[in-house]
Amino acid sequence: MAEEVVLMKGNEAIAHAAIRIGVDGYFGYPITPQSEVLETLAEQKPWETTGMVVLQAESEVAAINMVYGGAGTGKMVMTSSSSPGVSLKQEGISYIAGAELPCLIVNVMRGGPGLGTIQPSQADYFQTTKGGGHGDYHLIALAPASVQEMADFVKLGFDLAFKYRNPAMILADGVIGQMMEKVVLPEPRPRRTDEEIIKQCPWASTGCKGRKPIVITSLELDPAVMEQRNLHLQNKYAEIEANERRYEEIECEDAEYLIVAFGSCARIAQKAMEHAREEGIKVGLFRPITLWPFPSPEIAERAKQVKGILVVELNSGQMIEDVKLAVECNVPVHHFGRLGGIVPDPDEVVDALKEKLIK
Amino acid sequence: MTITEENNMTKEEIMKPENLVYQKPKLLNDNPMHYCPGCSHGVVHKLIAEVIEEMGMSEKAIGISPVGCAVFMYNYLDIDCQEAAHGRAPALATAIKRLWPDRLVFTYQGDGDLACIGTAETIHALNRGENITIIFINNAIYGMTGGQMAPTTLVGMKTATCPYGRDPEIHGYPLKMTEIAATLEGTCYVTRQSVHTVAAIRKAKKAIRKAFENSMQGKGSNLVEIVSTCNSGWKMSPEKANKWMEENMFPFYQLGDLKDTTL
Repeated sequence: MAEEVVLMKGNEAIAHAAIRIGVDGYFGYPITPQSEVLETLAEQKPWETTGMVVLQAESEVAAINMVYGGAGTGKMVMTSSSSPGVSLKQEGISYIAGAELPCLIVNVMRGGPGLGTIQPSQADYFQTTKGGGHGDYHLIALAPASVQEMADFVKLGFDLAFKYRNPAMILADGVIGQMMEKVVLPEPRPRRTDEEIIKQCPWASTGCKGRKPIVITSLELDPAVMEQRNLHLQNKYAEIEANERRYEEIECEDAEYLIVAFGSCARIAQKAMEHAREEGIKVGLFRPITLWPFPSPEIAERAKQVKGILVVELNSGQMIEDVKLAVECNVPVHHFGRLGGIVPDPDEVVDALKEKLIK
Repeated sequence: MTITEENNMTKEEIMKPENLVYQKPKLLNDNPMHYCPGCSHGVVHKLIAEVIEEMGMSEKAIGISPVGCAVFMYNYLDIDCQEAAHGRAPALATAIKRLWPDRLVFTYQGDGDLACIGTAETIHALNRGENITIIFINNAIYGMTGGQMAPTTLVGMKTATCPYGRDPEIHGYPLKMTEIAATLEGTCYVTRQSVHTVAAIRKAKKAIRKAFENSMQGKGSNLVEIVSTCNSGWKMSPEKANKWMEENMFPFYQLGDLKDTTL
């Protein structure tokens, strides 16, 4: 059977993908530019078809704590929001990471700080990859660059979240959330039965039938035990860093210059790369797909052949820090970014490349 | 059967099931409680254990413990539990009950948790009519952190953060969350109880049972407030704390059912 291609917004793709892969619960609160996720779910009424729970919470704080509760019972649960709302969720995210529970959080970023703007931004890179909430923890962070990846990363995010019992985040932005593209939605599959969940998630707190009680908590008053718990987390993070780095390289084989960009910026950078190549400048594009774990070894390897790297972001320079750490000053690394909701033109990127790297 | 001079029962006879007058509920384990002597938490834990056991729900119960002294509820109750962030227990309970409708889901929250930092989560879960029970321990003080002012601290009552007594001009007024809960469309049973006498304990147990049954029958949200003592935080002996509660707490937090739509 031919794949069914549909046209929709990135936010809508998230909602449809969630229903189709058998997500058990979505808990969210309206905020621009991602409200279509909750709106689409409400319109689709999956509680009548797959049995998926969809609930508009009283706040982002409540929504992430609903996710925490549901995740503790082994169900596939998710929330979505945009930057100011994701700030509110950080307490809950830290608890979920501390209790080692799987869940999916979608951040369709907008410009900040504060109430900022409803226009696109990538200024939550630090928040996503460097913690956000309190304590030593990491989110698995996926950066989609297309509506197709918005749909695909719902399943990928849950797969990774359950594999490592760790919260995963889709870090999109207002461009990816709002733009319409062709997309092939994932094959529908039924939600897991309660019996399957209990069997698959022996750590879940579902009622202690035939076993000892299970407690979901991140609390441990004995510092010696708490240190061990932290070391256990760090070991898990090292395993994720070793196994789950994802990235895409476009025209890097003969590249003399490298652009590193993620999400919507990678789409703009790809066009910039094409324009630069038309002028005879050999540019390649390196697109991190996982922002944590960051594909540092791969960037370091590619950096060996280039004269300079331009990091293009919708922020004042956040991912550039990870690129600099990856290449260890072996090659010049410069930044180009637009702020406050401005999305650059590809030729601005070409101009920046010439000015900062080629001169 | 009573033990008298004429009717001396042997130890074996006394222990026969038909002669049993009281036993610790099985769901209340033997871990030594960290609660202070005189604290109400232990009694309420026991009542919850008894009710779950009597309802035959021990394998289907999921409790949500709060931040505060009762954070370790899960160390004493042999049921599945989840530990919430401060004030967020009703949000966890909302999701768990909706995802597992045949489970008995309850939260256990103190006054700071429920009536201050978690006011929004509490009111909205109750108003949505979630089929859960909220057990609300109101001892008018923050116990775990060392006796600071709570949203339910009485006017004039001294705490570590209102050492000269709660002054409405500075601190505002104590909040009657249970009265608020009774006005919400989603609640079916809202009651205020205490556990300072045997008679009160029996009434509180009935209230918890009724609330748990309502939640399993899909009748709506249930709130059981237990007006409690914190003799350590109040800096009183357990006996004096009980008397102080009767004289000062009960006039402001009046005992009894505030709402019951199941009658």
